[in-house]
Formats: sequence, structure tokens, C-alpha cells
Amino acid sequence: MTTVRTACYHCGETCNNKTITLDNKLFCCDGCKLVYGMLHEHGLCQYYQLNDKPGVSQRIQVRRNKFAFLEDAQIQQQLIQFRNDTQTHITFYIPHIHCSSCLWLLEHLHRLDAGIQRSTVNFVRKEVQVVFLQAQTSLRKVVELLAAVGYEPYISLQDLQHKKQRSVDRSLIYQLGVAGFCFGNIMLLSFPEYFSGPEGMDMTLFRYLNLLLSLPVFFYSAQVFFRSAWKGIMHGFLNIDVPVALAIVVTFARSLADVLSAGGPGYFDAMTGIVFLMLTGRILQEKTYQGLSFDRDYTAYFPVAVTVTSNEKETPVALPDIKTGQTLRIHHNELIPADSILVKGEALIDYSFVTGESAPVRRSIGEIIYAGGWQLGGNIEVLTIREVAGSYLTSLWNRQELQQAADKPASFIHLLGRNFTAVVLLVAVVTAAWWAFCDPARIWPSVTAILIVACPCALLLAASFTNGHILRILSRHRLYLRNAGIIERLANTDHIVFDKTGTLTGRHGAEVVFYGSPLTEEERQQVAAVAAQSTHPLSRMVRACCGESSLPVTDVGSHTGQGISGSVQGVRIRLGNAAFTGAGAEGDFAGSVVYLAVNGQVRGRFSVRNRYRPGIRQLFGQLQEHYALSLLSGDHNGEAATLQELMGPAAALRFSQQPQDKLDYVQQLQAKGQRVLMIGDGLNDAGALKQSHTGLSLTEDSNNFTPASDGILEAGQLPLLPRFIQLCRANRRIILASFIISLAYNITGLFFAVQGTLSPLTAAILMPSSSISIILLTWGLSEWAGRRLRQALPAMMDKDQLPGLRE
Amino acid sequence: MSVIILLLGASLTVGLIFLAAFIWSVKSGQFEDDYSPARRILFDDAPATGEKQQNAITKQ
Repeated sequence: MTTVRTACYHCGETCNNKTITLDNKLFCCDGCKLVYGMLHEHGLCQYYQLNDKPGVSQRIQVRRNKFAFLEDAQIQQQLIQFRNDTQTHITFYIPHIHCSSCLWLLEHLHRLDAGIQRSTVNFVRKEVQVVFLQAQTSLRKVVELLAAVGYEPYISLQDLQHKKQRSVDRSLIYQLGVAGFCFGNIMLLSFPEYFSGPEGMDMTLFRYLNLLLSLPVFFYSAQVFFRSAWKGIMHGFLNIDVPVALAIVVTFARSLADVLSAGGPGYFDAMTGIVFLMLTGRILQEKTYQGLSFDRDYTAYFPVAVTVTSNEKETPVALPDIKTGQTLRIHHNELIPADSILVKGEALIDYSFVTGESAPVRRSIGEIIYAGGWQLGGNIEVLTIREVAGSYLTSLWNRQELQQAADKPASFIHLLGRNFTAVVLLVAVVTAAWWAFCDPARIWPSVTAILIVACPCALLLAASFTNGHILRILSRHRLYLRNAGIIERLANTDHIVFDKTGTLTGRHGAEVVFYGSPLTEEERQQVAAVAAQSTHPLSRMVRACCGESSLPVTDVGSHTGQGISGSVQGVRIRLGNAAFTGAGAEGDFAGSVVYLAVNGQVRGRFSVRNRYRPGIRQLFGQLQEHYALSLLSGDHNGEAATLQELMGPAAALRFSQQPQDKLDYVQQLQAKGQRVLMIGDGLNDAGALKQSHTGLSLTEDSNNFTPASDGILEAGQLPLLPRFIQLCRANRRIILASFIISLAYNITGLFFAVQGTLSPLTAAILMPSSSISIILLTWGLSEWAGRRLRQALPAMMDKDQLPGLRE
Repeated sequence: MSVIILLLGASLTVGLIFLAAFIWSVKSGQFEDDYSPARRILFDDAPATGEKQQNAITKQ
């Protein structure tokens, strides 16, 4: 039976009941209806015309006093960008910005609040800059307005601690502009020289103009190559920029000599052309993803302020100002910012991001609660025992930050460039020796011509254009690498280490499954009714599996720590631990388990089972053949059998790993000479991600907080991992292929150069044509190599058939 | 042939103007966001008061 799915008009989620309506439109919850009402009232319904269902679900309401800390003047001062007598400027990061409706609504905020003068969206960075009049509205009101329309800004401790550096390094682009201008004009001004007949006019004017135009290129645009070459020489490492810089200098010197001595027009257009193209390649290679950050640390994860209670008064205090011995009130769904002791309330804490444990942890009064977990229960009060920066987790983080990153090996193009340069120098020396014998006048023209023509610029071009293109293809498939060097490191992987919670399992990684002969509908209702009598989290688990029921229950008995019992429709039901229900020995069932006994007979048990991402089985099947696999999990080993079967008998599985254990394991592997790729998603993987040759963080949507890593991969694309690695391997082959083809041009040029008869026209034709053909070739080969990524994945089974699946 | 000098001067000047415009536009951050400007020009500037009044009327 197919059910017709009614989608909420605002956010597109399924409407469970059809009762929430307004204006003949259906909504999934009152929150969505409220947003629609507000927009409708202010005449902003074009929001819904521009895109279908553009909102985000408002089921979880924002707590009323969540932004009370924004009234504090000192906190305000640290967050805003500018303030004068009338105006305040502030920029918010709003993760939910994703379509043109968002853009439209956020730029029309002035219609919702008269105190807002204007708001400008930077879509790529997902930011809004709001200018408001502090006399008419306040920072807190602006933020609450944004939250009310569904665009809650994300304000974290990081915003408080340092002003985000806004200026992107644009100097390369200016250099490119200048180089392009000069190159174009020099090319035009060289035509008279090349194409004039034997009785041509006096070319001095053009030559000197060319000289003038080449000066900005040599002294300004080529800076980046000279600096890089200089750094390489200083460190004793001859990178590929050294021969490139040498070639540029030699070309300039030779051309200068030619023009000043009226001996020829010089090779200015070849020189500026090559600088222009290499700068283009460099810019394409340094692509940055403005919406993402590869360097988040714990401050991006913590909120700005927390509520401190003292003498019955509650005040929001900024996190850096929290001292030990203060009592904090932590609300539902709020982060615990500092190590503390539970003083009041029921603590049920989700540490999955921080330690990898998939099940929430219960703590009782007097126990220590570590910072970094999310409180899932109601409000609690805690007494701080350490400051925020000194908490157990942040100290772990800082310690890992200090660790020396393993020596990352240099790219193969440097080695190739060095070999190439050696060969060229050899040819130059031999030529010089030859002409010294036969005709010493030809030494200078031939040697300089050799160094001009045989520039490894082709290699540099091939490398940078290919890297840039591969980065682009990968980002199209939602793998964002930090820089081009990662491509090669990813290609060299031979051992892949996975984290479990959040990486192999989805965000809703656990599902409750009933093990035992299937429950009838009647039994299900009865069990649900009894479970509803208790607010214990385990009964929540049972309800998740059985649904809700309003059958009357009599004779309810609640035994703390044991279970609950009740009579429904004449049937006696017991839910609880093994002893309470008479199920016998606990056995090997780790994790949260609730046994069910009906009329004294044990019927089965409710247990939490990991729900793995779709496509994982295929992924491991493909990976097993080429890579060694490991799993490091912070969770208990309840799923060991399942995982071993998925990952193959050769895979190493380790459970209950602390963050330090993960780091140590990676180090051990590297000591054995393995090149490790680590895939993780939480703070507990941060050390291992940094230590591995390549670290990829997984994210459900790129707004989530990922620990510092070399690349960010969207979770749904994980099954494509083998193809990503294949593409990175192809990168090297493409570069080599292009380079070898460019050798043909080099040899042609050398043919003229060794004779000392390299005319500027020949150089002017050879250099650009070799460059352009390389660019076209690398583009074509990269696209061709990327075609495998576009193919559909092999047909996946509808439900991953995992062992132990019942019902 | 002296007209060549005039032409050269003119073309270089025009080129320099465009170079200056390029540098200015990059500096002023016009190329920071390449998504929004394309969408912004397609938005309609509906008169806010008209729609608001209409909604106020229908609410009653």
C-alpha cells in the first residue's frame, strides 16, 4: 500500500497529521506555520515563489533566552565589526543559506524590522552583513529575528576570540592582470618586427616599447616564482621553481642585451607569455572553497556564552570568563562547555562527536561530566571544576596541535623538474664546449637560447593545470581537498583507517530493533502503553520501536535501576534488565538492552543496532582488493561481528579507542612504512586525522563542524571513495603524458637553439603553442579520467542485508 | 609615419585604463560572490505597502 506523502509547504518534510493549516497550505509543525504567517503578514511571500519549500524544519524550537548573552556590551563589542553613533555593522555566518530564496529573504530583512537599514548576503561564504540602527533595534533582536524566520546564525567561541581575516590574498590576481596586459600588448607590438619585409621601417621604437612593457612583468608579476625559488635554495631543496626562475632571468637578460645593442628584438613576448600562463595555472591550482574551513579547532564548536546561576539569579557569561567553582545551568540540547560535576537534574549526554560513543551516557549527581557533550535530557545544573580552555578535551586538542606533522614527502614534479634541468644544463655545457671549439662567437646566443627554450615551464604548466582541473572535478562530486598537494598523497594511499560512529553510521546512526519472534500489533500496542508510563531513556528506546499507544495501564510498578511493569488488557508486561524479566545471564549483549517479558515468559529484547550508510557493503567490497583496512571506534565492540564481515577477514578492528589511542595506532602503521588515509568525522579523530598522510573528514552537510583535515567529503559520497583515489592516481599519469608530449616542442626548439639560430619568431610560436596544447591536453585527459566518477554506482541492494537482521 | 606614435599612445592608454578598471574591480570585492549578483537582478521589487495592505485586508 503506497501512502501519499504530504509535504510541508515551508520545509518539505512529511506532515504526520493534516491538522496544521493556514491559507489552505499544509504545514508539518506549528513552527513552520508561524514562519509562514510572519512572512505573509509582511508581504514577503515571494520567498515561496522563488524556490519550492525553501525553509528548514522548525520542529525544534529555539529556546527563548538562547540569545540573552547578546545583551552584554562586552560580548557585543567583540562580535561587531563597526559601530558609530547611529549604525552598527555585523556579519553573521548562517549555515542554512542554500538557495535564491534565502538570498531574497535575507536581503529584505528591513521589511521585518524597521531598525535594520540593509543586509547584504555573500552567498559563497554563507554570510550576511547587517547594518542596523542601535537606537531602534538591538543585536539580540536582530539575531532573534533571524532565528524566527529559520536562519539562525551560528555564533561560536571562535568569533569571540579572533576577528576572522576577511581579506583574501588577491596579489596573484593583480599580478596576473598586469602580466596579461603586458603580454597582449607586447604580442601586438611584435607583429611589425616579425612580418615586415626586408625593407622594413626602423624597429627601435617597438623594441623599446616592448622592453618597457616587460619591466612590470619581470619585476612584479614574476615575483612569486623568484620568491619560491629563493626559498627553495635557502632550504637546500631545488624545487621546480628554480629552473623556471632561471629561465625567466636568462630570457630577460638576453633580450635586454639584444635590444640595447640593437642586435635583435629580444624574446620579450615569449617571456611574458610564459609568465602569464604559469600564473594562470598557479591561480587555478590554488582554488579555495570559501564556504568551508579546513582548520576548525574546538573554539568553532563551543558557543559564546553559557548561563551562570548565582543566588537565584541567572546571567549569561562569555565562555573565556568562566571560572572554576561557578554553577552553570545547561539547557536541553546545549553543549557542556567545561569539565564540571553534576549538581542538579538528570544528565543524559551525547558524546558521539567527541569520543565516538554512539549511545548517550547517563551521569548521576556527583559524577564528573566532561566538556564537549550535548545534554539531551532536561535542564541540569553543574559546578565547574576547570576552566573552558583547560578542559580534558581541549587539552587533548592542544596537545595534538603541538605534535609535529609527519614529514610530508615532496611532489614528484620537483624530482622530475630537477632531472629535466640536469639534462638541459648538460646540453648547454656540451654546446658551449662545441662552439668554444668551432666558433666562440656563438656561445652566448646558443647557450642562452637553450636555457630559454628548454624551460621546464611546460612541466609546471601541466602540473598546475591538471591539479586545478582535478580539484574542480573532485569538488563537483563533493570531495573538497585543501590544496593540490593532497591529490598526490591521496593517490599513494595503501592503508585506509575508518572511524565508526558518524562515519560508517549515519547521524541517526542507531535504530532500535526487537530481537525475538515478531510482535503482533496487539502486543506492540500493549508494550508501548507500558513503556509510556516511564520517562526513562530506555523506555524512550522501546517507544521508538513500538510507537505510541494510549491503552490504559493498571498496576504499574516502577523499580529504579531494574525496570517497569504493568497490566494492559489483562496481560502482565515487564520491561527491564535481564534479572528483572527473568531472561537469565546478561550474555554478550553490550550496550543498551531492554528485555521484554509477557505474562512471565521472556519474549525477546529491544536492542540498539547501528544503521550503516547505504553503499557501505559495496564500498568495502571494492576497497578490500587493493587496500589494507582498519577500523578505530570509540564505541563498544557490540558490532564487531557485523563489521568484520563487512570489512573482510583481513581488516583490523579496534573498539573503545580514546582519541590518543587512535593517534598511536596511526603512528604505528606509519612506522611500518604504510601510507595511511584516515576517514573520520569527530573531534575524537582530530589527532589521527592530522597524523595520517591524508586525513578526510566526513560531513553530513558541509555546514557541520569538521575537525582540521586535509579534505572534506560529503557523507553521501563515501561509496565513491575508490573512484576518487583512482582519479588522483590518474593525475600523475596525465601530468607525465602532457610533459612527454611537450618534449616534442622542446626538441624542436633545441634544434634551433644549439645552432645559435633561434629567432624570436620561432620562440614566439613555439612557447605559446606548446603551452596551449598542454593546457588543452590536460583538460581533455582530466575530463576523460573523471568520467568514471559520473557513472552510476553498481546497483545497490535495497536494504543492506546484514547478519543478525531480524523482523 | 609619426601617426604610428599617436596610435600606439592611444591604444596603450586605453589598455591601461582597462587594466586600472580590472584592478579596481577586484580590489572592491566585486568578484567575491559570483552567485548573488546573477540572482539579485532577477528579483522583482514588489511595492511592500501594496502587498501588506492586501494581506491586512484578507486577514480581516
